[in-house]
Amino acid sequence: MAELKGAEHKLVIEGLRKAFGPLPVLDGVDFDVAPGEFVALVGPSGCGKSTLFDVVAGLEPPDAGRVLVDGADATGRVDPFAYMPQRDLLFPWRTVLDNTTLGLEVAGVPRKAARARAGELFEPFGLAGFEKARPGELSGGMRQRAALLRTVVQDRAVLLLDEPFGALDALTRIDMQLWLEGVRAGFGWTVLLITHDIREAVFLADRVLVLGPRPTSVRHETVVDLPRPRDVSMITQPRFAELEAEVLGQVGRGRAAGADSEH
Amino acid sequence: MTGALGRLRRLTPALVLVLVGLAVWQWYVTASAVRPQVLPSPLRVLTEGWAFRAQIWANALPTLQVTAVGFAVSLAVGWAIAVAVDFSPWLRRALTPLLVASQTLPIIAIAPLLIIWFGFGLAPKVVVIALVTFFPIAVGLIEGFGRTDRQATNLLRSMGASRWAQFRYVRLPGAMPSFFTALRIGITYAVTGAIFAEYVGASAGLGIFMNLQKNSFRTDLVLAAVLVTALISVSLYGLTFLVQRLVAPWSRRG
Repeated sequence: MAELKGAEHKLVIEGLRKAFGPLPVLDGVDFDVAPGEFVALVGPSGCGKSTLFDVVAGLEPPDAGRVLVDGADATGRVDPFAYMPQRDLLFPWRTVLDNTTLGLEVAGVPRKAARARAGELFEPFGLAGFEKARPGELSGGMRQRAALLRTVVQDRAVLLLDEPFGALDALTRIDMQLWLEGVRAGFGWTVLLITHDIREAVFLADRVLVLGPRPTSVRHETVVDLPRPRDVSMITQPRFAELEAEVLGQVGRGRAAGADSEH
Repeated sequence: MTGALGRLRRLTPALVLVLVGLAVWQWYVTASAVRPQVLPSPLRVLTEGWAFRAQIWANALPTLQVTAVGFAVSLAVGWAIAVAVDFSPWLRRALTPLLVASQTLPIIAIAPLLIIWFGFGLAPKVVVIALVTFFPIAVGLIEGFGRTDRQATNLLRSMGASRWAQFRYVRLPGAMPSFFTALRIGITYAVTGAIFAEYVGASAGLGIFMNLQKNSFRTDLVLAAVLVTALISVSLYGLTFLVQRLVAPWSRRG
């Protein structure tokens, strides 16, 4: 059954459980992602989103449950996933180009080939001309784009983006969301995005999954039936507001329930 | 050009203070007519030091050599320990108490024994310098490696990086700022360590020179040798900035 289900999905998350000592964090997380689909995960802070990502990315072993990629068991494996952490983590001892090739170099791609592959993406990522710059010379938005470039150039099956724009100022964040929406269409990435920003989730995703408070599981699914490509005018449309309100309501419900259970 | 001028301007207060101190010293020696065996004037230190420059230089060279060899050994030992400790939690638990214990050794008491064990050659001095300086280097490196961000480690792991690759791509370069701080602390100890080791027993070197001049009441020449020692230390300290600029230019602030 699960194998069948896995075959038509890029990614299937099946009953993931994880506890740190006596503290349960993941309480049976189930969801799936279709090829080329963009799924956003939102939830109250501290609910275990990052732990979920660490388990999916193969950085932490689950206590129970499975991760399937293209129908095959990928639990505990890192190679189907390209992971972008919250901070850009561009290293000052490498040029921007060499930061973006890091994943390829680690994977054993010769430096020259790695540079050629990453270099091709500098134009669409708005980084052309900054190949030899140091990360410190880039603006916040450029740094995030470089970090995303480093992630996607690894050519892994699924992108895991952990609050990629969380540290940016509001205006830059909107620019980045618009840019990502534009650039994503051309590449057909399968994306799993963690975010605190509900508007960002609705704007970028095909589906928004709402996680409950810790120990967390998927509490609600909102299908974002807005047409693509999306632009900034969409944010003011009634349907967008409806969807945003729906997700916000579900996150709020989760948080209220969490607060109750602590008393 | 403006950078050099700016640096010079920043040094001005220190230079003024030194000149005032020297002036007071000079005045006191002249006014009190104290014997030069007790306290020579700064001018006498300079002129006598200059007169004996060949002898001082001949003794400075072995000191420099001992410092270089000793500090090289210290660097090798410090790096070896730090890398081993970084890779092996067992070695970390095994070595950390020994590292700290090594710093409680009274070098003053040990140094003469080293000469009994190793003779008057290079070996005992190298051991003294290494003992004095490897600790800040090892600790600086261990802390530098350990300062690596957990998220950075996770990023590398998600790329499929082995422990060695994590070390090579992130932990090692990330430790450079702490390493150079440790290097500066170590190098200032190294020259004094060399002088001390020579003081205990050597055939040549600034330490021996000072000891001999002290015994013949040439206080002025002792102080001239002290001045040369200070100049060597300051130069080596400055050299670390040059090395840092060459090896890890990104690690300097500003």
